[in-house]
Amino acid sequence: MEIVFLAFILMLSIFLGFELINKVPATLHTPLMSGSNAISGITLVGALTSAGAEHTQLATILGTAAVAFATINVIGGYMVTDRMLAMFKKKEDA
Amino acid sequence: MGTELLVNLSYVAAAVLFIFGLKMLGSPATARKGNLVSAVGMFIAVVVTLLDQSIIDYKWIAVGIAVGGIIGAVVARSVAMTSMPEMVALFNGFGGIASLLVGWAALYGMDASTFQMITIVLSILIGGITFTGSLIAYGKLSERMPGRPLVFAGQRFFNIALIIAIIACSVLFAMNPDVSLYLYLVIGLSCLLGVMLVIPIGGADMPVVISLLNSYSGLAACAAGFAINNIILIVAGSLVGASGIILTQIMCKAMNRSLSNVLFSGFSAVAGGGGAAKIEGEAKAMSADDAYYVLEAASSVVIVPGYGMAVAQAQHVVKELQEILEKNGAEVVYAIHPVAGRMPGHMNVLLAEADVSYDLLLEMDAVNPRMETFDVAIVIGANDVVNPAAREMEGSPIYGMPVINVDMARNVFVMKRSMASGFAGIDNPLFFKENTRMLFGDAKEMLSNIIKAFS
Repeated sequence: MEIVFLAFILMLSIFLGFELINKVPATLHTPLMSGSNAISGITLVGALTSAGAEHTQLATILGTAAVAFATINVIGGYMVTDRMLAMFKKKEDA
Repeated sequence: MGTELLVNLSYVAAAVLFIFGLKMLGSPATARKGNLVSAVGMFIAVVVTLLDQSIIDYKWIAVGIAVGGIIGAVVARSVAMTSMPEMVALFNGFGGIASLLVGWAALYGMDASTFQMITIVLSILIGGITFTGSLIAYGKLSERMPGRPLVFAGQRFFNIALIIAIIACSVLFAMNPDVSLYLYLVIGLSCLLGVMLVIPIGGADMPVVISLLNSYSGLAACAAGFAINNIILIVAGSLVGASGIILTQIMCKAMNRSLSNVLFSGFSAVAGGGGAAKIEGEAKAMSADDAYYVLEAASSVVIVPGYGMAVAQAQHVVKELQEILEKNGAEVVYAIHPVAGRMPGHMNVLLAEADVSYDLLLEMDAVNPRMETFDVAIVIGANDVVNPAAREMEGSPIYGMPVINVDMARNVFVMKRSMASGFAGIDNPLFFKENTRMLFGDAKEMLSNIIKAFS
């Protein structure tokens, strides 16, 4: 049953994703990409449990490396997206 | 139970914030706030996860976050806007390797069911392909390796064998989780597959590849979510996966090619060989001073930037020219082709950096119907995306690709370093048209010369 439940969530989020992204104008495609890249850093959440759970030494090492990579993704992704979006201005605001 | 409920409710809140964040990315006016909203969602998800009772030791978490945070922040602050494509490629890769590692680590500390074994293998597989594929894309985009397609005889056969080997090892590993050899084989082979998939793809097709890898990085996170039974990973991962797929579709449509054609056409390039008709005629060169006389009299100008503008870092001079022309009473707009540059929206970011108002950046479909009304179309470092052969020459490899019809403007100025053909390796009849003038040289220098003539 659990599998069906997860599959439902998967399907609904994919459809939602399609609906949301279809509305993004071409001019924002690069920030969209780096922003969604930051969201894919959500793996960090999974990495945290692996790094801190003290299952085996190997799991801790793998988890710690995963935390580092995912954090680069999250912090770097959000910061660079913000930097880009700050530049998108209409002339009136300048 | 109490904390677990709290954690899961917070994940729901985080998912809502991600969705709102993406929704707000739909308009340049709210996009920056949207990014912030999504970042808050991420922050909530991370903080509540740290409350998880199975986390005993925070020492290594702190180390990982500190290292990753510092690297991420430094890179994000220092990267030049022209290097954005390779940076996004690299970050995609980091997302992939993180999912691979999470999947791998999930093997320890739980008795995985067959279903979980399958999802673990999937997250390792997709993560590995994303990681090495992105590294190759990074290498090509940053010109650390040749941007042209790398092909060798028997490549197709090799790849098919590789895929069969991966499937075999994955199945063996899912059935015998204790045999680490299969695990290492799956990791190694999927990393190899990532390399093999991207090396035959050329520089100008990179917008498609980056979008696809973006999608993979989301799907890898999604698979990792299944592996460790974490809903927020599934939701966020599939949002990103869907977003990447849509961008991939848009890019393919803009080139009038199917995804498989983009991914595998490098192979046929070895065997094939163009038999396209030779274009007769002579390109007429022009000096910056002559260009000035025409522009001085023009009342409407459309600028079509391409990858060449990024290479020459000419976006600021372009903006300068725009201001001078506007002061001179002309209307100036930009026409942006969806695949101009090396990633979706590449030109828009560069022009935004140069402080060009985003409402002047028009999409191809908005500009083409009124192309005849423009006195001058200035093509800066673009080639294939303005090639009229796509419209006129049925035998041309790019026939049918939607292009910006600059040849219909009254005058066309093409800024180009030389007469060499574009990425697609096809002659461009635009250069030989009656109303076309070529301005040979570095785009930045050329533009500065025209600007000098105005003052």
